[in-house]
Amino acid sequence: MKRLAFRNARLIDPANGLDVRGGLLVENGRIADVGPRLFNDAEPRDPEVIDCRGLVLAPGLIDMRVLTGEPGSEHRETLESASKAAAAGGVTTMVVMPNTDPVIDEPALIDFIKRRADATATVHVLPMGALTKGLAGEVMTEIGMMMEAGAVAFGDGDRTIANTRVLRRALSYAATFGALVVGHAEDPELSLNASMTEGEFAMRLGIPAAPAMAETIIVERDIRLVEMTGVRYHFGQISCAASLEAVAAAKARGLPVTCGVSAHHLTLNELDVGPYLTFRKVKPPLRSEADREAMIEGVANGTIDVIVSSHDPQAADTKRLPFAEAAFGTVGLETLLSAALTLHHEHGIGLSRVLDTLTAAPARVLGVEAGTLKKGATADLVLLDPDEPFRIDPEKLHSRARNTPFEGRRFQGRAQKTFVAGACVFDRARP
Amino acid sequence: MTSPAPAAPILQTSHLLGIEGLSSFEITALLDLADSYVALSRGREKKTSILKGRTLINLFFEASTRTQSSFELAGKRLGADVMNMSVKSSSVSKGETLIDTATTLNAMRPDILIVRHQDSGAAELLSRKVDCCVVNAGDGSHEHPTQALLDALTIRRRGRSFEGLVVAICGDVLHSRVARSNIHLLSKMGARVRLIAPRTLLPKDVDRFGVEIFHDMKKGLAGADIVMMLRLQLERMAGAFIPSTREYFRFYGLDREKLGYAKKGALVMHPGPMNRGVEIDSAVADDIEVSVIHEQVEMGVAIRMAVLDALARGLPAEGRNA
Repeated sequence: MKRLAFRNARLIDPANGLDVRGGLLVENGRIADVGPRLFNDAEPRDPEVIDCRGLVLAPGLIDMRVLTGEPGSEHRETLESASKAAAAGGVTTMVVMPNTDPVIDEPALIDFIKRRADATATVHVLPMGALTKGLAGEVMTEIGMMMEAGAVAFGDGDRTIANTRVLRRALSYAATFGALVVGHAEDPELSLNASMTEGEFAMRLGIPAAPAMAETIIVERDIRLVEMTGVRYHFGQISCAASLEAVAAAKARGLPVTCGVSAHHLTLNELDVGPYLTFRKVKPPLRSEADREAMIEGVANGTIDVIVSSHDPQAADTKRLPFAEAAFGTVGLETLLSAALTLHHEHGIGLSRVLDTLTAAPARVLGVEAGTLKKGATADLVLLDPDEPFRIDPEKLHSRARNTPFEGRRFQGRAQKTFVAGACVFDRARP
Repeated sequence: MTSPAPAAPILQTSHLLGIEGLSSFEITALLDLADSYVALSRGREKKTSILKGRTLINLFFEASTRTQSSFELAGKRLGADVMNMSVKSSSVSKGETLIDTATTLNAMRPDILIVRHQDSGAAELLSRKVDCCVVNAGDGSHEHPTQALLDALTIRRRGRSFEGLVVAICGDVLHSRVARSNIHLLSKMGARVRLIAPRTLLPKDVDRFGVEIFHDMKKGLAGADIVMMLRLQLERMAGAFIPSTREYFRFYGLDREKLGYAKKGALVMHPGPMNRGVEIDSAVADDIEVSVIHEQVEMGVAIRMAVLDALARGLPAEGRNA
């Protein structure tokens, strides 16, 4: 029987409201025991005992929005390289997006992702299936069969389904199977050719821009469709105050709506584009400071359920271009935890609340057994030092791509060790 | 006149990427220097040897007859060797990226790279990747600094002082780099800038530039000293911003009647090329009593000579072997 013991840890399990000093025992990849007095006094005789020296032991992070380049753009990122970045960031489960080449829009491709992940990835990989074939927004996919194959959610990646009739039917059909739909909210016509948020700064730079309202218009439309269809609906990432208001109102009416926010929308605003920095060209674009502050408040008050990395690796050739021509996207798996922790350090949000958005909440939204320290759960764990100061060095990132928006940024707190089903997949002491 | 000005430094930076980064002192110094080049260009001997031995490359990703020839002539009058590269004849059409093209040209050791590109920020991007001077000859909807400088020179040589001058900029501000550069320059020099356009052709939050906004030509032109017309950039428009050119001319085209609202003796300017009968009536454009459009072209060469001269003063005198 393979055992692993942690002693002298600060156990934080947001799913159970636990935040105590104590120990945890892993047997055969599962949590066998956990509690305040565990291993407190005697050094247990197990071959492997980790003295956590007061560091935080929490459930491994679940990142609900990860794009890899596999299949189709392996030069950008593979499931293997993404999983290394994930492990280094304390992420033990990643939901991978269907907007690859080919698009993950049929059961055999869900199966492909799962097999490739089993063979190459060091963290859990949960595939998301496309909601419409080829992401074309016209014909719904085989939602039932893809669920049987292992799809955890359905969505068209970073595309908004413009045709409301198609979307209504797809949502209605998805509701039949109790499927989770993850939507992207950006009115495609209103945001056509836009690279930034409309406003003074985009105006000064002369960059084609779209109003933040392009997001809210779709959020409000989709909420009405949820009302009509009863589908479980998650906005993959929202980024402005007006969208947040709409989601809060929908939740107050008892609709099955949840939402996420990206770590970069919590830590950067439109001014950070500076002199046309393409690594900060993201979709949806960075917003105003007022919107950023609203997002932080949304996390604090629980309107925003999850924080995601929106990891989107891009090679130099798609980023070293004039701003309007450069690709959208930023890597984020490895910086997700540190960026999220700024909410704790700079905005006074409790550590447990921040970790909830990265563990228990995504598990709840996805309906998967993960993100908890309870007895019997799979031992996906992160040992983190919440206070360690450091500076982001893109050269040291594990992702195959280096397009981080945080180059040189100082953060506090990062993963020290990461465990998947009890096995150590990352150790900062032995990188 | 072989040496029009002592070679004192004029610019703080080694590139001219926009007006936004210039001080009013730098602008005035450039205008002063350009004055001397107007005189030179009107003489029998139009050439000087200030840039003798220097290499200039005109890198134009967007077609432009007047700006490109203006820079070419300016370089040649200063004695530099000028090479023209336009998109059609380059490998850009074979898929090479902007940066690859620029670094390739940079390896040929030019002293000054003059860049025109359809994307905002392209000149800025290049300036970070090459070790020669970069002049922005127009980037997307961002800036066109030499146009604003030549407009200022034209205004100044007509005896107008910038302080308190009322300048009405009319038309497609949304897509216009000329408007942005002029707003920066005129504001820095103390002029009062007004923008006149339908709401669809004004960028959001443009009032943050500290300008007055008008949607009615009659009100906007009232008391204006300068009427600066912008070209309707139909090629940049994705979808319709106005219902028709006919309607546009009816409300925003400059004709004798609308010009009558401006101050008596107001000057009419246009960066060219003009869409006659769309934003400007030929009767106004060709009236030498009010239109300074051809003077603008003449000042264009002089101001570009001044800019090239000013940038060359920052180049290492001994070349790069030292």
